[in-house]
Amino acid sequence: MNSVGLEEVLAWLREAAARIEEQKEYLTQLDSAIGDADHGINMNRGFKAALERLEANPPEDIAAALKSVAMALIGKVGGASGPLYGTMFMEMAKAIDGKERLEAADVAAAFRAGIDGIKARGKAEEGDKTMIDALEPAYAALQEAVASGAGVGEAIAAAADAAARGMEATIPLVARKGRASYLGERSAGHQDPGATSSHLLLAAAAEAWGS
Amino acid sequence: MKKLINNVDDVVRDELEGIQLAHPHDVKVSLDPYYIYRADAPVQGKVAIVSGGGSGHEPMHGGFVGMGMLDAACPGEVFTSPTPDQMLEATKAVSSGAGVLHIVKNYTGDVLNFEMAADMARDEGIEVESVVIDDDVAVQDSLYTAGRRGVGATVLAEKICGAAAEEGRPLSEVADLCRKVNDNARSMGMALTSCTVPAAGKPTFELGEDEMEIGIGIHGEPGRERMKVKSAAEVVEILAGAILDDGVIGSGDNVLAFVNSMGGTPLIELYIVYRDLHRFLEGRGVTITRNLIGPYITSLEMQGVSITLLKLDDELTRLWDAPVKTPGMRWGA
Repeated sequence: MNSVGLEEVLAWLREAAARIEEQKEYLTQLDSAIGDADHGINMNRGFKAALERLEANPPEDIAAALKSVAMALIGKVGGASGPLYGTMFMEMAKAIDGKERLEAADVAAAFRAGIDGIKARGKAEEGDKTMIDALEPAYAALQEAVASGAGVGEAIAAAADAAARGMEATIPLVARKGRASYLGERSAGHQDPGATSSHLLLAAAAEAWGS
Repeated sequence: MKKLINNVDDVVRDELEGIQLAHPHDVKVSLDPYYIYRADAPVQGKVAIVSGGGSGHEPMHGGFVGMGMLDAACPGEVFTSPTPDQMLEATKAVSSGAGVLHIVKNYTGDVLNFEMAADMARDEGIEVESVVIDDDVAVQDSLYTAGRRGVGATVLAEKICGAAAEEGRPLSEVADLCRKVNDNARSMGMALTSCTVPAAGKPTFELGEDEMEIGIGIHGEPGRERMKVKSAAEVVEILAGAILDDGVIGSGDNVLAFVNSMGGTPLIELYIVYRDLHRFLEGRGVTITRNLIGPYITSLEMQGVSITLLKLDDELTRLWDAPVKTPGMRWGA
């Protein structure tokens, strides 16, 4: 796939919601080890609400769809991940405002804006054992694929693979942000639930936009 | 799990309906989205104060809505931060145009959601200042964590800032006062038992019959250390000792001593703790000039106690003594 339009973006969001529902027990289980055992429950509630919103008020364009998801996540997820993912979708919407179709470079620019939004809100950096540890490597891979002339499908697949590696690399890390940080050294040895849900979102895009 | 509830999913809603029925002259309740606000809001010309956080800490925050304290409180699900749409609607409902102060406990979820709400309120032309409370000395390595948690000082800040707002002081001064309370207050808590979040159905953590957890947060987050249960006097020495070791309060100071139940500890034990705290502080040259004793910032049915000390000056003392009329705190009115 060389570019994506509203149809493909909606297909991604549906795939993402389905994967989160499927993995909600797993996400919650990861969270109970180092957090407060609600990440899967909260994310599932948020993405369900996002799909309902999109169905009730069909969006006019891609930006409207992303904004609608942002508002659903902000209003329904709670905890820290609601505002963080909500901010990511809101910033992505702003970055591609008015575009009918997204080339690989547009996807990369939107993704960059989304990550910057999360970092501005959550003040996390790579290595803090957060969603950033999956998202930053994913962006680097996406950017590299775009530079070498890859289409959207190929680029997002590379990003999803990099996110998976980043997610796994959170296991030995000691958390420096969020509720897991109160555990100090005891947070090492567990995969970060936020990095895991970030990987799910990218894997869903790779599935939906696969060439 | 044994609890007096009807349905796990309806815990917060049922509670809010109860509050509305019990205090119809003092507060109103919005059920979509959830928030509790002063029955006479917005109060013309007065800075409005909004707080909020997960449920399960009652009477904080909803019980502190009323004259001389909060204008609105946003309850989340049990131990889960509320969301920005609630905070935005609450802010709009109580804003009289004189500005709104958000008092936020330092928990990542609370901080992020309140930040978003403040951004959204500013976009709608409402002047908002936010002050984050972080008084828990149990978090030692605060550079490498999400920082010290906001606990007992939140109650004191809400009371004192509420009194200042009632006097008609401007937003910048009320916010400065909130920072002053935070800068001069320190807390530490402990647990004898765990607590059970209704939706989880089982205790948040396990604690042996003869063990206690020192330095606990208000959601049963881990503390500094786990040890064998000790006497009240020894526990006071650990908690108050850690507070004084932090260096803000010391010999020659006058303080407000706040002995708080985590929910399951009865008054008889709180008064024993207060007695021992009084003796301990006397020995360290610290004078208690005001006190607050009871369950004010709780952790469901957890047995345990927290101690908060606030260094007082004339201004803080006067504002503490000012009238307050809320479901959870009431004097002089």
